[in-house]
Amino acid sequence: MVDFDYSTTLGPAWFPTPLFTASGCASSGKELSQFFSLSDIGAVVTKSIMLRARPGRPTPRMAETPSGMLNSIGLQGPGIDAFLSYDIPWLVQQNARVIVSIAGENVDEYSVLARKLRSVQGISAVEVNISCPNVENRGLVFACDPNASRAVVDGVRRTLGGDLPIIVKLSADVTDIVEIAKGVIEAGADALSLINTVLGMMINADTMRPHLAGKTGGLSGPAIRPVAVRAIYQVHQAFPKIPILGMGGVRCGRDAFELVLAGSSGVSVGTATFANPKAVLNVQNELREILVQKGFASLKEAVGFAHRAE
Amino acid sequence: MNTINRHAEQVTATIVGNKRIGQYHQILLNIGEVVAKCRPGNFVAISVGGANSGLILRRAFAISRVSHRSDKGDGTMELIIAPYGSGSKWLCGQIEGSSLDLVVPLGTAFGIPTEPAQALLIGGGYGSAPLFGLAEVLKSRGCRVDMILGASTASKIYAPIEGKRSVNSLKIYTEDGSTGILGKVTDPIGALIRDGLVDVIYSCGPMGMLAAISKISNDADIVHQCAVEESMACGIGVCMTCVLPVENGEGEVAMLRSCIDGPVMDGARVRWDEVGRLAK
Repeated sequence: MVDFDYSTTLGPAWFPTPLFTASGCASSGKELSQFFSLSDIGAVVTKSIMLRARPGRPTPRMAETPSGMLNSIGLQGPGIDAFLSYDIPWLVQQNARVIVSIAGENVDEYSVLARKLRSVQGISAVEVNISCPNVENRGLVFACDPNASRAVVDGVRRTLGGDLPIIVKLSADVTDIVEIAKGVIEAGADALSLINTVLGMMINADTMRPHLAGKTGGLSGPAIRPVAVRAIYQVHQAFPKIPILGMGGVRCGRDAFELVLAGSSGVSVGTATFANPKAVLNVQNELREILVQKGFASLKEAVGFAHRAE
Repeated sequence: MNTINRHAEQVTATIVGNKRIGQYHQILLNIGEVVAKCRPGNFVAISVGGANSGLILRRAFAISRVSHRSDKGDGTMELIIAPYGSGSKWLCGQIEGSSLDLVVPLGTAFGIPTEPAQALLIGGGYGSAPLFGLAEVLKSRGCRVDMILGASTASKIYAPIEGKRSVNSLKIYTEDGSTGILGKVTDPIGALIRDGLVDVIYSCGPMGMLAAISKISNDADIVHQCAVEESMACGIGVCMTCVLPVENGEGEVAMLRSCIDGPVMDGARVRWDEVGRLAK
């Protein structure tokens, strides 16, 4: 066995491996636990949870696109209280490391959610999903508004104090992602998740109307991987000390390696799990093999390696 | 420990048969021991397009029948597939000896009566496929099995000769009258119920047909187990795309996943009018 250090850190949170599920692509883990042991991967990132239970959008909610898919779920979920009563204890019982993703409709809701999480045992970090419409600002997505995204993170940071690391998930659908990143880092983000789905749309040639009931949807899958690599590269270049949890179309070890070279300290596998329930575990094994084969002594050595001087 | 996907396995299967039947393909797969866990109503999710394909999502198909032992090998599964989209066309183009990546079995199964009952099985198009496997099980439990199949036209009826052995009666309806009786599968249900010939209805087919049957079964207070169809990305319960509005018995409606809480659902609980509309 090669002496290789595969562990990673996202701010103060330590993980034995850098492979994670992606929020919204693993529910709360129960469905995948039939296929592999959840404690074998870095962490389970849960589906974004909101304050109250939500039914989500009507169907059709998805469409397959070239090397990708569009989804428009509308954050269907049980609400934070049911989630903390049932899902978290179950995940803790599985010895899984857990990153809880939260989403709110206004700045205060994020803080209320953070307050509910503060004293919960067994959570490694909080991922703040700011790709939601801000109902207090004409539905403008927080992640596209430097002031709103900063305000959200500021509120969550104040509420959590130093108890839990905060990972802020950014959207690449902005003019300058580095500017948004700067704002949330100054507000207290420990790490960044890059990238959320990319806004897209499909029109059905039979009905001659938008295919999704929600009209627009989030594009994911291999189609968006170059967008993720670009965003990760730009943000890592600007803030080399801020750890990045990279994601976007990763389906094999080579894809994950690309994100690591661009500057990711951790890699989430999302849409690939829909096609292959064991995708996270497979990517974890393949990435390790590639890193060892390339001669890296640790994952950390490879993070951002594409930025090295000529 | 697990309550979700508890029988599911990811397996590599070999195609041992692929022949055209009317507008459909009958595909036989050797899946091995996992065949013992498959029940009528369950479905399978299959990777399509090969390793470097741009078709990134699995395709879900109802399991038509399984056989523990046959001349094609131990543990075979039959699928009836309409080559309609790019994924199903690819699948129908695969030759004997090719390997496929499957996750199986998935979803809920049809409930089987504990005592012999009179069962009415209704299939639309190739939705009839899983009903033949169900008919075999019902017959072996001493049930009377009447089957009604329908489609727009003759070539879209799937009714294999060997399948007819497991039913007591079979009526076929086409909307253009090209075979069987001119009309719809829903036409004779009312009379059969009034004659006391129906204790339970099982159905599989287009959503409009399932909704129409539910209306009749609700009025007559007959149990209706239907296998629903909603487009899904994962088949294992994580993507939340295949949801339907279903009532929980206390008047509350929740968006349930047709891959986990279905495909077999209680037709009386599905809020057919609200499918594809915003939940209140």
